[in-house]
Amino acid sequence: MKKLVNDPADVVADALRGLAAAHRELRVAHADRVVFRAEAPVRGKVGLVSGGGSGHEPMHAGFVGRGMLDAACAGEVFTSPVPDQVVAATRGVDGGAGVLHVVKNYTGDVMNFEMAAELVAAESDTEVVAVVTDDDVAVQDSLYTAGRRGVGVTVLVEKLAGAAAEEGRPLAEVAEIARRVNGNGRSMGLALTSCTVPAAGRPTFDLPDDEMEVGIGIHGEPGRRRVPLAPAREIAEMLVEPVLADLDFTGGDGVIAFVNGMGGTPLLELYLMYAEVAAVLDKAGIGIARNLVGSYMTSLDMAGCSVTLVRADDELLRLWDAPVRTPALRWGA
Amino acid sequence: MADAVDAAGLTAWVQEFARLVREQRDVLTELDAAIGDADHGANLDRGLTAVVSALDADPAADPAAVLKTVATTLIRTVGGASGPLYGTFFLRASGTLGGGDGAALAAALRAGLDGVAARGKAGPGDKTMLDALAPACDALDEALADGRPLDEALRAAAEAAAGGRDATVPMVARKGRASYLGERSAGHQDPGATSAALMLQAAATALTGRG
Repeated sequence: MKKLVNDPADVVADALRGLAAAHRELRVAHADRVVFRAEAPVRGKVGLVSGGGSGHEPMHAGFVGRGMLDAACAGEVFTSPVPDQVVAATRGVDGGAGVLHVVKNYTGDVMNFEMAAELVAAESDTEVVAVVTDDDVAVQDSLYTAGRRGVGVTVLVEKLAGAAAEEGRPLAEVAEIARRVNGNGRSMGLALTSCTVPAAGRPTFDLPDDEMEVGIGIHGEPGRRRVPLAPAREIAEMLVEPVLADLDFTGGDGVIAFVNGMGGTPLLELYLMYAEVAAVLDKAGIGIARNLVGSYMTSLDMAGCSVTLVRADDELLRLWDAPVRTPALRWGA
Repeated sequence: MADAVDAAGLTAWVQEFARLVREQRDVLTELDAAIGDADHGANLDRGLTAVVSALDADPAADPAAVLKTVATTLIRTVGGASGPLYGTFFLRASGTLGGGDGAALAAALRAGLDGVAARGKAGPGDKTMLDALAPACDALDEALADGRPLDEALRAAAEAAAGGRDATVPMVARKGRASYLGERSAGHQDPGATSAALMLQAAATALTGRG
């Protein structure tokens, strides 16, 4: 393993020290491993809290700031944060208008956020609503699985619900926006390589040079199937087709198209993929209203990408264009 | 046997569980890498190390308090799915543990098992830690009902847990990250059932020969 680390056991704590040094506009509670927007709690504004395992940077701490999250909880690598962290974050962002938890649908994340919400309810009158993202079409949403995973749509939920909260909308409406984005969003991902968890020291799975893993999640968990390496044009079809098969994206105001890198793929290739994805969508008669291209929800050093589409409407597009000022996403502010 | 399930005995149980997890850490992580996300060994080791330190720093006087310290420390330090699940197991066991005999321990473990099933919304055959815990609780109840002494009953429970662990190999996972693999999860031993079997093995070692 070749990584820029001191002791693999300290990688999260060390990275948070760096985040705090690089971004004075954030406040990092090192003991709790919670990253706050410096002015939190913002009076009268719904607080947005998310969090999850580390290793997905810039998600979630990179999305803390005006127009997006008020706090992010950093778990160990690929391990959800513990309830105490979520409780500390929730208390720290409660400006009197309630708190929205944005939770990715993984067994551990859901249980730890649920336990935190129970603790908050037992100790205070802060209103907490949780919205669970589950957009990954690689997983069948059935009684026989833990349900679809929360992947790329989470970034868009945090942006759009964050913009709604910044406008001063009440908790029920902010939660409705978050649910609408999730309900209208679907994703599919693919890995060209595995990733190496620092504490494990070697790749999570073996993937031969001439094969790729289709339907991966964001934790190095293997995907649904292995196929021979293919040109980007075919990969775009492999990713977009199951997304379109799961939800009708035609009509309406077009889509927000998000081509996301998994951490080890250069932006050159992501733009190349965006062109191919746009071509597939064009052929399907689907207009792209807005786009996002870059590595925003990663899986450590995994090479590969995911495609997320969200069926947009006027309101969502307006919220997308609203100012945002975070380490990883910033425009208009 | 009446005093086998005292604070010192339960502390010894948890210390032995921590020792076994430390020893088997890489095995647990490898099993998790195959069908999960390669962190079960590291997470449980970190949590149980914290539990042993907490019990060292502030020894609990009564048996239920030992289990409660275990629960709150695991919930605070483990994260992932195993933190809330093992935490809930020990929290429910702590709340139920009435006396210091085998029957009280069996009732506490059964309450822990029910708590895990509720928290994880899982049932038998889902390829989870329940598949080791449930047969262990059944075997413990049965052995005690037959009038066998606690050490024998715990050995039977540990064997049943190991059997349940082995039985997860052909199962298709229906809960947790392994469920994303569908049929591809078959042929792999479940890491949660493996650590749960270690917990029962630790009980058989540490809680016997004391009374």
